[in-house]
Amino acid sequence: MIIANNVTKKFGKLTALDNVSVSCSPGECIALIGPNGSGKTTFIKCVLGMVVCDSGFITFNDKNIARDWTYRRHIGYMPQIGRYPDNMTIGQVLTMMKDIRGKGVNATDDELIHNFGLDILLDKRMSNLSGGTRQKVSAALAFLFSPDVLILDEPTAGLDPVASEILKEKIISEKEKGKLVMITSHILSELDDLVSQVIYMQDGKLCFHKTIEALKNETGEAKLSKAIANVMLQKTAR
Amino acid sequence: MKKIIKYVIIDILRNKIVLAYMLFLLLISISVFNLEDNSAKGLLSLLNVILIIVPLVSILFSTIYMYNSSEFLELLTSQPLQRKTIWLSLFTGLSVSLSVAFLLGAGIPILLFEATPTGFMMLAIGLILSVIFVAISMLAAVKTRDKARGIGVAILLWLYFSVLFDGLVLFILFQFADYPLEHLMVGMSALNPIDLGRILVLLQLDMSALLGYTGAVFKNFFGSQAGLLPAFAVMFAWICLPLWFSLRKFNRKDL
Repeated sequence: MIIANNVTKKFGKLTALDNVSVSCSPGECIALIGPNGSGKTTFIKCVLGMVVCDSGFITFNDKNIARDWTYRRHIGYMPQIGRYPDNMTIGQVLTMMKDIRGKGVNATDDELIHNFGLDILLDKRMSNLSGGTRQKVSAALAFLFSPDVLILDEPTAGLDPVASEILKEKIISEKEKGKLVMITSHILSELDDLVSQVIYMQDGKLCFHKTIEALKNETGEAKLSKAIANVMLQKTAR
Repeated sequence: MKKIIKYVIIDILRNKIVLAYMLFLLLISISVFNLEDNSAKGLLSLLNVILIIVPLVSILFSTIYMYNSSEFLELLTSQPLQRKTIWLSLFTGLSVSLSVAFLLGAGIPILLFEATPTGFMMLAIGLILSVIFVAISMLAAVKTRDKARGIGVAILLWLYFSVLFDGLVLFILFQFADYPLEHLMVGMSALNPIDLGRILVLLQLDMSALLGYTGAVFKNFFGSQAGLLPAFAVMFAWICLPLWFSLRKFNRKDL
């Protein structure tokens, strides 16, 4: 579904992505893991076309994303830091997105809006929202149009335990519908019951892309967090 | 595209700066026309005010607006929208709201007091200048990432077009006073849309005598229909070129 081929991106002297090649198919739930500054968000932004890669290419359903912008209607994106026009209310942002993206979508998926209790906050201005509420709006927007691909950049950062539980259940139910889910997170214990595959990145390079079973077998650990810690230690020891 | 233009215009109307700009223009135009007993004289005074205020407000407001809507741009680029559509919608939204503010603020008094060809020429120049400086500000905003620097660049650009350029022209005129520069001056005027606008209106007012021999050359060139056409073509190029360059830059920009 999404295939990245030798994607390289440089910001000045810093190489944010170094020859990254990945292939993702529907029904997979992929965890993007790596230390801070390893290029996870840059890779996600490349997939979304928000960052234009220097060399290499990315295809979505066998179409090069550089030439075709309509593919983004199949993606729901939840950014790490949701930035929204300050003088709009939650309700206005939601109606605007429905208005802009509404073509061809019959019913919108309002489940998260209700479960997060956003429907009673619709008149609040975006500038007055707390970080957590902002995250809830981002999450609700990502799931609103039931897209085939969900890209979630640190979805649970800043959410309270109740909200992150709601979000996790939503992710699992969407994954079971055969959608491709891509998650970055530093809270590995959360990913355990979500993900089926792991992509580990470091210094802009893709270190490995394995199924979670293979990873656990290789490291001999039963938990993802322990397995990754094991890998990270090996990397630094070398 | 229409939907995004709608949201941009709603957003601009929501902060009251454009409304204040309109009222300010209205106040100035009405008072200038009432100060002078001869409305043609009033028009001349208004010309000088408009040639300073319109570019300044257009370029500053648009640059600040561009930086303030960076969140909006980021939100839209992750949606199924072409970057070209987003950029042109923003340009259209800004141009339309600033043009309408000018039309209501300065246009109504001009049409009331001086509905002559000169008045219409001044209206056209004001509208075109509004749009030109929106385009220039978008180029300035997309080229510099830092907000303070971007606004600084916008102010410098305005200073160049309304003050420094005239100084430069005077300098050249005095340094090369021994040579016939009249035809060169016609070409030089194309380098600054504000000067071009001023010349076009002054020629309509039959004030070209004040400009000396150069004025006669201007009159000869711009006074005819055949001269107006290239003048407006140059103005149009002043809209299209900055817009095109900014669009090219925005298409490759990392957000």
